[in-house]
Amino acid sequence: MLEVRDLYGGYGEGFVLNGVSFRVDEGQVVGLLGRNGAGKTTTMRAIMGLLPRLVGEIRLRGESLVGLPPHVIADKGIALVPQGRRIFPSLTVTENLLLGARPPRPDQRVRWTVEEIYQLFPILKERGKIRGTLLSGGEQQMLTIARSLMVQPLVLLCDEPSEGLAPVMVQRVGEILRRLKQAGLSILLAEQNLDLALSVVDVAYIIEEGRVIWHGTAQELLANRDLQETYLGLRVEV
Amino acid sequence: MPVNAASLVIGLSYASLLFLVAVGLSVVFGLMRFINLATGSLYLIGGYIGWSVARSTGNFLLAVLAGGVAALLLGILIERGFLARLHRKELLQVCLTLGVAYIVQDVTRWIWGGDPLRLRPPEMLRGSLELFGSVVPTYRVFLIGVGAVLAVLVWYVLERTKWGAYVRAGVDDIEMVECLGVNVRRVFAIVFMLGALLSGIGGALGTPVTGVAPGTDVQLLLMALIVVVLGGLGSVSGAIVASVIVAMVDTVVRTFWPQASFFAVWALAALVLIVRPQGLLGRAS
Ligand SMILES: Nc1ncnc2c1ncn2[C@@H]1O[C@H](COP(=O)(O)OP(=O)(O)OP(=O)(O)O)[C@@H](O)[C@H]1O
Ligand SMILES: [Mg+2]
Repeated sequence: MLEVRDLYGGYGEGFVLNGVSFRVDEGQVVGLLGRNGAGKTTTMRAIMGLLPRLVGEIRLRGESLVGLPPHVIADKGIALVPQGRRIFPSLTVTENLLLGARPPRPDQRVRWTVEEIYQLFPILKERGKIRGTLLSGGEQQMLTIARSLMVQPLVLLCDEPSEGLAPVMVQRVGEILRRLKQAGLSILLAEQNLDLALSVVDVAYIIEEGRVIWHGTAQELLANRDLQETYLGLRVEV
Repeated sequence: MPVNAASLVIGLSYASLLFLVAVGLSVVFGLMRFINLATGSLYLIGGYIGWSVARSTGNFLLAVLAGGVAALLLGILIERGFLARLHRKELLQVCLTLGVAYIVQDVTRWIWGGDPLRLRPPEMLRGSLELFGSVVPTYRVFLIGVGAVLAVLVWYVLERTKWGAYVRAGVDDIEMVECLGVNVRRVFAIVFMLGALLSGIGGALGTPVTGVAPGTDVQLLLMALIVVVLGGLGSVSGAIVASVIVAMVDTVVRTFWPQASFFAVWALAALVLIVRPQGLLGRAS
């Protein structure tokens, strides 16, 4: 579905990405794990067309995305759930939700209607008329995920959806991600919360200083304590 | 005596003109962080073309439309010619629009001369009416009406339509809007052109009041900049409120100390900026 190969890039002088390669197959949830500053967000920005300097290959269903502006990349079927949520403060919850709403593309397997979105996130209907930033942190996270789903993505890039949330909301985010996975959506998930990541991903890539240093299945990662301690800072409670 | 119905009408009618020029400037700045220094030129060209069309056809409505369209065409030229090519190069854009302002002033001086031109209002809007015991010019009351209608229209489009949501979201976080599949540069181009249209309409409507001459452009630009700063970048309601405040302060101070009116307006802006750097209705960033 989405294939990234030998990605190099950065913001100004010097590279932040030093050869990142991975793939997300149809219906798969792929974890992008790594410490603070490892390059997870930068990788996602690169895919979305937001990185000023970039070389390498990014293909969605075989079609190259490199060099396209973000709105065209969204047209092609990539949606980003950004780190920090980035709800528009001037817009109501409903306006936030519908900003990028579009009809499903013909070749899209997992489609979303507004009704389905409201079923998945009832709070967004109840509180539709208030400003988006008046929602609680957890509710804002639901809104930013829902907002990206309305773009009818083929692949959802989800950047640290659990960051800064209370444990109960982290659980809720996990439930939502598993629902999306059940529905068959392809997801690239950047996370520092290993519990959450392992509860949903099929395969994981660990990045460090802008390169992939390990990849394998969720079970392999779960079994490998060394790896967890060295590169992720131990977060799994057994 | 300074504030009575007459000065209120004079102030509010001036506020209408300021709003028409400032609202485009404000939203364009809010969206792209870029100041269009040719804003006054759009007003100027609207005024001159409006004057000529009114002179040759005697049709005031046609003159106003022609002024608006002339400014729209100049706006399209600026946007397509320079801004679209200099995306995100704010300094170059500012220099270029300043250059455009100089060129427009020279060309218009060459065509229409250096003397102020004034237009008589259409027949039915001449004369005066009595309002709360004061005698006020009918045309000024008409200006207030037009300004109010256009302000409500702009407010409605920006605050209540999907297209307006693109603009407001763009002012908040332009990158995120793009990520959601919206072609922000197209939104920007449309906003810029609509702003030009409104400025030109303002220029034509303003000729019976402010007249039009080389220098009218600079005067309007400076006042519009204050409105933008005072109201808050990218805020329509801010532009409305600030237009009224700036125009009223200017008018009232002018009645008892004409030389100080410009100073008073700038002093007010400076004061507001110290207390509220984001402007009256702007969002702190
Ligand atoms: N806008 C920017 N300009 C310059 N350098 C940046 C910018 N954003 C990130 N960096 C640098 O790029 C590197 C990778 O950052 P990135 O945000 O991709 O990490 P991350 O894995 O997402 O970390 P986190 O878990 O903290 O979100 C860091 O060294 C960071 O300092
Ligand atoms: Mg990050």
